[in-house]
Amino acid sequence: MSIKVITEKCTGCKLCVRVCPFGAIEVVNKKAVINLDKCTLCGACIESCKFSAIVLTKLSPSDIDFPKKLDAYKDVWVFCEQKKGAVQSVAYELLGKGRELADQLGVDLCGVLLGENVKTEAQKVIHRGANKVYLVDAPELKNYQDEPYSKVLVKLIKEHKPEIVLCGATSIGRSLISRVAIGIHAGLTADCTGLDIDRKERLLLQTRPAFGGNIMATIICPNHRPQMSTVRHKVMKEAEENKHHKGQIIEKKYGKEEYFSRTKLLDIVEEIEETVNLTEADIIVSGGRGMQNPENFKLVEDLAKVLGGAVGASRAAVDSGWKTYSHQVGQTGKTVCPKIYIACGISGQIQHLVGMQSSEIIVAINKDPHAPIFTVATYGIVGDLFEILPELTKRFKEVLKK
Amino acid sequence: MNIIVCIKQVPDTTNVRIDPETNTLIRAGVQSIINPFDAYAIEEGVRLKEKFGGTVTIVTMGPPQAEEALREAISLGADEAVLVSDRAFAGSDTWATSYTLSKAIQKIGQFDLIICGKQAIDGDTAQVGPGISAHLDIPQITYVKKIEDVKLDGAHRHMRAEKMTEEGYEIIESPLPCLITVVKEINEPRLPSLKGKMRAKKIEIKKILAKDLDVDPGLLGLNGSPTKVVRIFTPPPRKGGQMLEGEAKEICGKLVELLKCEIP
Repeated sequence: MSIKVITEKCTGCKLCVRVCPFGAIEVVNKKAVINLDKCTLCGACIESCKFSAIVLTKLSPSDIDFPKKLDAYKDVWVFCEQKKGAVQSVAYELLGKGRELADQLGVDLCGVLLGENVKTEAQKVIHRGANKVYLVDAPELKNYQDEPYSKVLVKLIKEHKPEIVLCGATSIGRSLISRVAIGIHAGLTADCTGLDIDRKERLLLQTRPAFGGNIMATIICPNHRPQMSTVRHKVMKEAEENKHHKGQIIEKKYGKEEYFSRTKLLDIVEEIEETVNLTEADIIVSGGRGMQNPENFKLVEDLAKVLGGAVGASRAAVDSGWKTYSHQVGQTGKTVCPKIYIACGISGQIQHLVGMQSSEIIVAINKDPHAPIFTVATYGIVGDLFEILPELTKRFKEVLKK
Repeated sequence: MNIIVCIKQVPDTTNVRIDPETNTLIRAGVQSIINPFDAYAIEEGVRLKEKFGGTVTIVTMGPPQAEEALREAISLGADEAVLVSDRAFAGSDTWATSYTLSKAIQKIGQFDLIICGKQAIDGDTAQVGPGISAHLDIPQITYVKKIEDVKLDGAHRHMRAEKMTEEGYEIIESPLPCLITVVKEINEPRLPSLKGKMRAKKIEIKKILAKDLDVDPGLLGLNGSPTKVVRIFTPPPRKGGQMLEGEAKEICGKLVELLKCEIP
């Protein structure tokens, strides 16, 4: 596989130079030249070229390994992550999307649930639209551990051959599904924000951000099954509960070998300082350098409390020791997409923006009218946050009491 | 303790700007850096070496210019550097990347621990670390924020680490060899030393080509990658918002009106 410029067609227009995310194209003597050491064969230039002057030269189909009979695979699966015996809401979000995909393909939507004494939860998964739930109930599966979970999931996939597997992009989901994908040589696309079906080709179209959301890529998995995707919390809409929806629970048992883990989970420590999990929160109030000191963060916390939201922090605030790392939003912290994100005294460096710019509503409060945060804000307020925050807290308290 | 640290050279997104006219990335002047999470991986490797002895070998897969990232890692205290680079690897997705890296690691030799950053900032997948451990069939601990204990002697060589979760952390013990991925909280990376910089200039970078590896060529690069990118586009820019003006009280009143129906 390689990439080539057809010099007769190239007009030297430089469109491809601009779109190349890797800076791999130059125009020399009015013809595009691709530096193959920088090129990753992503294909962005091919799309951009108005003269069809760039082509990917593919190997003949016989050179490509078709290891599996693709049409043997059907159904859409959702891995239903559970913690302390309760299915997490991200699974319900995936069941919502999974239903759409299954309907488009004309196949069943199935949940996969691993845990101990979680049969009642399997019923809840059915109430959220699953036609079937594959339930593996064993004491060894009580808490998530990489090895037993990935071995069991690989077995299930090999036996029942789903066409699509969806999983939450949580710390559990990302660790688990990456291991599973290797074991079955499946394609895996992380953090999809859009999932759709190409009906003609019967392919899952997976769209995800890259370069911190500066570009979007649509990814397919033509020759391997299942097609697997992870999706972040809050990206998809939760499936509605319907207590009359009927489905089948298929209980599976495996042996000691599958349940065995080389790593040992010795303890689970919950840090309950501000109970709300950032990635699950509908509202996040975040503070940055503009808070000036750790004591002032109380203003942020007060507002978050009134709104029933979580407290976030910029890297500057975390590096200054005002908040712990678990609160950090941004490139080296967490990526969040709540309904409302209120940024207080955060200038909005690109590293912060990539972690929160997909929030539905962004409110920015900053004293500098030129702060970059205002370029993404739905509502911007230029002003003194020590005046504004207490006032906001007071007013929301009044309004929300009613 | 023999440690392998896997790193990736990435564009420094700090400098990535969008051209407002063409709505595409402006790449001019964008520096390449060591992926920020990998800097913590390097530092943790060097700290473990300082405590327990042994060597730290840095591995990267990428184009020839990724050598710069390897030299920088040497200046930060690593001992050896290996560049896994070949046209045959181009277009690798996470499956093919972790396959190639696992084969390169087997070629490098015995190790007690592999350390990766939790994810790279350009792709953000967090798949290659667990992918390598799956290919090598070794245990893994992801999202490590602290290494509590390492036991290198006796029959049960193991380490114990704190793994960050959404709600707090878990304490996990793993036999060695194993693979860990690390988060920012684990340490504060040092600056390069003068001695390190000198060494970085002189060191010979080992190079691994496809022909040096015991691999199935069909599993390398674009051909070995189950996923294919079919389209790249720029997302519609976020629409410019509304500035609320006036006295603090007035502004707060307006904002509360605007938001009150949105609060769940």
